[in-house]
Amino acid sequence: MEFLVDILLLSDSTLRVAGPLILAALAGLCAERAGIVDIGLEGKMLAAAFAAASAASVTASPWAGLLAGIVASVLLSLLHGYVSINQRGNQIVSGMAINIMVAGLAPTLANAWFSRGGQTPLLPSEARFTEITLPFADAISGVPLLGAIYSDLLSGHSLLTYVAFVAVPTVGWILYKTRFGLRLRAVGENPEAVDTAGISVTLLRYQAMIIAGILCGISGSALSTALGAGFIRDMSAGKGFLALAAMIFGKWKPVPTLLACLLFAFVDALQGRLQGVALPLVGEIPVQFTIMLPYVLTVIILAGFVGKMEAPKASGIPYEKDR
Amino acid sequence: MSAVPAKLPGAVEAVLMPFLNIMVALFVSGLVVWGLGEDPFFALSLLIEGAFGYEEAIGYTFYYATNFIFTGLAVSVAFHAGHFNIGGEGQAMLGGLGLTLAVLWLGDTAPVLSIFLAIIGAAVFGAAWAFIPAWLQAKRGSHIVITTIMFNFIASAFLAYLLVGPLQRPGGQMPESSDFPDGTGLMQFHEVLEMVGIRFEQSPLNASFLIALMAAFGVWFLLTRTRFGYEMRVAGKNAHAAAFAGVSVSRVTIIALMLSGALAGMMGLNELLGEQLRLIGNFTLGYGFVGIAVAFMGRNHPLGIVLAAVLFGVLYQGGAELAFEMPNITRDLIVVIQGLVILFAGAMPHLLRKPVALLYARMARKGAV
Repeated sequence: MEFLVDILLLSDSTLRVAGPLILAALAGLCAERAGIVDIGLEGKMLAAAFAAASAASVTASPWAGLLAGIVASVLLSLLHGYVSINQRGNQIVSGMAINIMVAGLAPTLANAWFSRGGQTPLLPSEARFTEITLPFADAISGVPLLGAIYSDLLSGHSLLTYVAFVAVPTVGWILYKTRFGLRLRAVGENPEAVDTAGISVTLLRYQAMIIAGILCGISGSALSTALGAGFIRDMSAGKGFLALAAMIFGKWKPVPTLLACLLFAFVDALQGRLQGVALPLVGEIPVQFTIMLPYVLTVIILAGFVGKMEAPKASGIPYEKDR
Repeated sequence: MSAVPAKLPGAVEAVLMPFLNIMVALFVSGLVVWGLGEDPFFALSLLIEGAFGYEEAIGYTFYYATNFIFTGLAVSVAFHAGHFNIGGEGQAMLGGLGLTLAVLWLGDTAPVLSIFLAIIGAAVFGAAWAFIPAWLQAKRGSHIVITTIMFNFIASAFLAYLLVGPLQRPGGQMPESSDFPDGTGLMQFHEVLEMVGIRFEQSPLNASFLIALMAAFGVWFLLTRTRFGYEMRVAGKNAHAAAFAGVSVSRVTIIALMLSGALAGMMGLNELLGEQLRLIGNFTLGYGFVGIAVAFMGRNHPLGIVLAAVLFGVLYQGGAELAFEMPNITRDLIVVIQGLVILFAGAMPHLLRKPVALLYARMARKGAV
């Protein structure tokens, strides 16, 4: 029984941690399927987390926070789009510039606005996205197994976590079942063909960047207004890069990307549970080593020991119209 | 559409364009300062006063610059080979570990030998930390940006483990090692000047500044005067052409990234062997990332990198004084400026090309009439 409770708790925190990761990975997926490498996910998440926490703190409304988070992330996305599409600059360098700029700007502004050493004030629960109890969760909590799964595992997450899980089929539907999605994928594989068909490569790529910005904005907002209760310096802690790795592991497809995100989230949840626990044979693992787990897993996955990964063909290459 | 590749004379291309890009970055930084409710011009004067106003400040400015020469060279060596090594932080941490082990092992018995061994240890450990991402990039095509970032996190956790575990000062509470034995530090700049009879205020500037300059010269020599440097640059420009010409691209990748790691690793010489005289957790303080901005600002040329490193030294030392004087400005602002420099000098080098080309064409026409 104890074991089952452990599994339940672990699965529950896996779902919670997975939310922002899934949204960020989908953002990277939309950008890369359209041919733009987005290494700046980390910075956009952090910017959104800061903007959301600031707005929620001032207005006491999580919705205002979410809106501010999305706006901040979309603006950075458009900047990255401008560099990648119009300036034909190096997309990796541009993404890193955004990451570093935000890592400095967010605590600078936090300090100037709130004077709390680079943090935003702790958000009260009415300014956050709090846990939602799904319908009938209380009623069937007594039912064996089903009750535990529905009431304890699936119910009781924040709205943004559910948004993340709904975003997966939505993005899949847009990419594979709509004309816009077909064009978006085409522009990442063969922009010349799209251009020849009389469709604007520039417009499509900007649209992809806006979608990526929105998804990443929700992801960052979730960090500071749902999982946490305020902005803390460097609170994205490499999640933007983990999301990129999950997207690569998921072969640039929504559902496999979701599974990869769940794997990362599980490892993250596991490392939290392992802290201070004595394991059979090895004993207690020092906390510094359990912290490493998600990062080590990322390297192992990227090493490609789990199958071949092929990026969209035109990803990272600026499109140049022939004259 | 912008980014029209217009022809411009060499001097305009090499000096004016990068200068203008940096001016744009600094202008936007000024806007940020203004947005924070402070006077950007007063801030600039405080910054320069703080960096050059007195002897100790000058020492500090060049002390910081030493770090940035190492990390800037590290980024640029990888970039010449076509790779973006953002693992300077982790490589510097491991470099610091390498030199600490050398000094703690031999420092008591043979201090001078231990210093030489420490220099080698810093480079070897830094290179070794770059090896796995380098090998994965060369052989498996793993994204070097993500793997090196992951190795930064892993290095940071590993160092934290060592400094509260096996390497912690016996009986100590802080995450730091024992002090290095007497006589194992690098020579201080003011001590050298005192020997020739010049009095200079005490500052942490030390002999590793000279090592950094030698490293810059070494990188210049490697890139422009050796066969391997040539292979590196060809592989960086066009890996297919290089492979066709018989260059082993994966070998070049691995060696270039390990050289990059070695240079980043040597940053510890300045911070640890020059000043702290013990290993402390997270002593790198983001200097590995500063290297990215320094490399782009210096246009990946060793001389440019030295100049850009001094400029960032000014920003760090002057910025510390600035943060003291203006309550709304913290040292995080310097990180913003780094990001802006990378954005304008690294990602958008052609932003001002069109207006400059137009202006140049007009001036050329007038001159001809």
